[in-house]
Amino acid sequence: MSGRRRLVALIVLGVVLLALTERYAGNVTGGRAATDDLTSSGTWSIALGWSIPILMAGLGGMFSERSGVVNIGLEGLLILGTWFGAYGTLLTGSPWLGMLFAMVAGGLGALIMAVATVTFGVDHIVAGTAILVMAPGVGRYLSGLIFPGYGGSITQSPTLRGTSTFSLPILAGGNLFGWESPDLLGSIEDSDVLLLSEAAGILRGFVFQMSWFTLIGLLAIPLSAWVLWRTRFGLRLRSAGENPDAADSLGIDVYRYKYFGVIISGVLAGYGGGFLAVQLSGLYKEGQTQGKGFIGLATMIFGNWRPGGTASGALLFGFTETLRLRDPAAPHALLLFVVLVLALVALRALIQRRFRVAAGLGVGCGLVAWYSLAVDKVPNQLPQITPFIAVIVVLLFATRRLRMPAADGQIWIKQ
Amino acid sequence: MMTKSRMLALAPPVASLIVAFVVSSVVLAISGANPFTAFANIIEFGFRPNTLVETINWATPLYLSAIAVAIGFRMNLFNIGVEGQYIIAAFMAAQVGHVVSLPPVLHVGAIIITAMVTGGIWAGLAGLLKVTRNINEVISTIMLNSIAVGGVVSYLLGVWDVEDEGLDTALGDIPPSGQFPSLNWASDALVGETRSNLWGFVVVAVVVGVVYHLLINRTTIGYDLRATGSNPTAAEASGVDPRRTIVVAMILSGMVAGLVGLPELLGSSHSYSLRFTQGLGFGGIAVALLGRNHAAGIAVSALLFGWLGRASGVLEVRGDAPREIISIITGVIMLSVVVAYAVAERYKRAEEARAAAALTASNGAANGGGPAEAGAAS
Repeated sequence: MSGRRRLVALIVLGVVLLALTERYAGNVTGGRAATDDLTSSGTWSIALGWSIPILMAGLGGMFSERSGVVNIGLEGLLILGTWFGAYGTLLTGSPWLGMLFAMVAGGLGALIMAVATVTFGVDHIVAGTAILVMAPGVGRYLSGLIFPGYGGSITQSPTLRGTSTFSLPILAGGNLFGWESPDLLGSIEDSDVLLLSEAAGILRGFVFQMSWFTLIGLLAIPLSAWVLWRTRFGLRLRSAGENPDAADSLGIDVYRYKYFGVIISGVLAGYGGGFLAVQLSGLYKEGQTQGKGFIGLATMIFGNWRPGGTASGALLFGFTETLRLRDPAAPHALLLFVVLVLALVALRALIQRRFRVAAGLGVGCGLVAWYSLAVDKVPNQLPQITPFIAVIVVLLFATRRLRMPAADGQIWIKQ
Repeated sequence: MMTKSRMLALAPPVASLIVAFVVSSVVLAISGANPFTAFANIIEFGFRPNTLVETINWATPLYLSAIAVAIGFRMNLFNIGVEGQYIIAAFMAAQVGHVVSLPPVLHVGAIIITAMVTGGIWAGLAGLLKVTRNINEVISTIMLNSIAVGGVVSYLLGVWDVEDEGLDTALGDIPPSGQFPSLNWASDALVGETRSNLWGFVVVAVVVGVVYHLLINRTTIGYDLRATGSNPTAAEASGVDPRRTIVVAMILSGMVAGLVGLPELLGSSHSYSLRFTQGLGFGGIAVALLGRNHAAGIAVSALLFGWLGRASGVLEVRGDAPREIISIITGVIMLSVVVAYAVAERYKRAEEARAAAALTASNGAANGGGPAEAGAAS
């Protein structure tokens, strides 16, 4: 099966499983996991928004690591983005300029990292840790100086206004030149036809009440794929991360492309941070990134250093986070969904006669099933740490499928 | 020659401190404070008896954290997970200390052992993942940090929360038998009476430092560690099992990391709550880098960071700047010290190359001159 058809098949399968889970989760758990938020357009529209910061951090990490520089400072760059996004919006009154501030701040933070790692050949992890240590301090320091003057405090800014949202006409009832168009997907979602209404709900989430910043964030997925794999710039950038010596011998300025990779990662992470503060939260608040930079790093590994995979991971983790916030019973239902997925993967391994893998997955599936049926309420923390557990599990079982850039993390000095 | 190489060894840390000084002056100036009065305030405040005691109190966990990091560094392992290891360890130790009742010394012993075992297990996991599935320890410890702090500790804190304590989510208190005696008699004798207690755990930190030094430089494990760190292939050829060494190093690092939260837990808070100090793991990385992974160097650098951290509090009091300037300074020192070492390394190499070139050149001249002289003599 070709990659694209495989992806479509996976998505369809996922929607079917999600719909089934939503229908019957309440029944098998005696109502404890009853929810209708798994496929509602409201959930998916919010999940899309919450996945943007993760996505931008993940894509940022991808650019940096494709050029051969490991960037664990993403969380710090995200924090810089949140602060400067909020500050720029306050200062100029425009969320658009605020986002520009956020991107510039992220880019400058990454520039520090690039100077250290590329020019001076410092260990990438050390440089990233320095960014991690500095960024929260910068945030608190600047907040203390600036935000009280705007009516905020040393830990948060006053509230901000992001951009307006829009819905697609006809499909989601958007406004077309003043004409109130029908809400096609909305009416299918309300129809309560098995599978059809669920699919419509999820689909509607992607076209309903979307902000401009979300749209731009989503456009970064195809754009970064195009830049990295379809342009000369991208080829050179990747060559710096795969085999810098060979690239150098062909006359490519490896240092320059590594600088580009790291700085682009900062600009993207800055955008993610700005989005989090300006659009999603409507204010800067200390600690609001909550490890989204690290989750972005996880999705990048999860997504095999590719935009499509990174985006899927970001959406998945944005979804789990949204569920946790919307409905306490929803994570419980999601656990049952995980049981279904594990059972199917185990079955597939069985058919492929990979018995040890099948046995391992079967045991895991049984344990999760037992837990989700026995427990009263799934801890609130579980969805939060899912990304981190997921990345370890993926690294445990799918290492052969993952391939990081060959010279990723290596200090390269021109001879 | 000796003095020159010693100067070269001292230059990077000194240079990085100068850079940090300049950067913080700029930051202070931007925020509208006069850097010179600010530094004068820091120095005046920093040498008050109370600040000196607090300096030692805060240098102690930083020292332990840096030793934990340094154990990894000695064999090219980056244990970025000290942060998560110490928090989960302090948390478990606090609960054990609250629940068990034992006579005084044994009680403290049980708490310390719990912390070391928890830290060792959490770090050992990363070691196991590395040797069995070749998962990079940086990635696994980052993920384990989040799992520890955002998952395990956060969940169990809700479960074990002592409801009657009111506002703050916290574990129950450790009774006096499980508290570490303070060393106020010593601080009283040295700097006079102070408001702050000198936490006794500094003694444990000193012991850990000595053991670290001996372990690395005088034992087989230490040799294996250093050998694997500097040349894994050669180490393996000489009979060192790299996989075993990796797991051992991670476990040792995690055990020391487990101690990081204890000075505060046993010396002052006597309970784990949401206010428990975080960030010591990352701070330890900075301290280890400045201290060059050397037991004594780390001590000096821990004291320096401890002092900066405490003395900078005065900036906020006097209205010069928010005290968070310290994390900016920490980051700057971290970056500039590694940059300075990289530059020094390049300079040294260039110097050696030049010396070698000069040597061969002069040898060549001598050899070339030989026959001519001989010819002239004959």
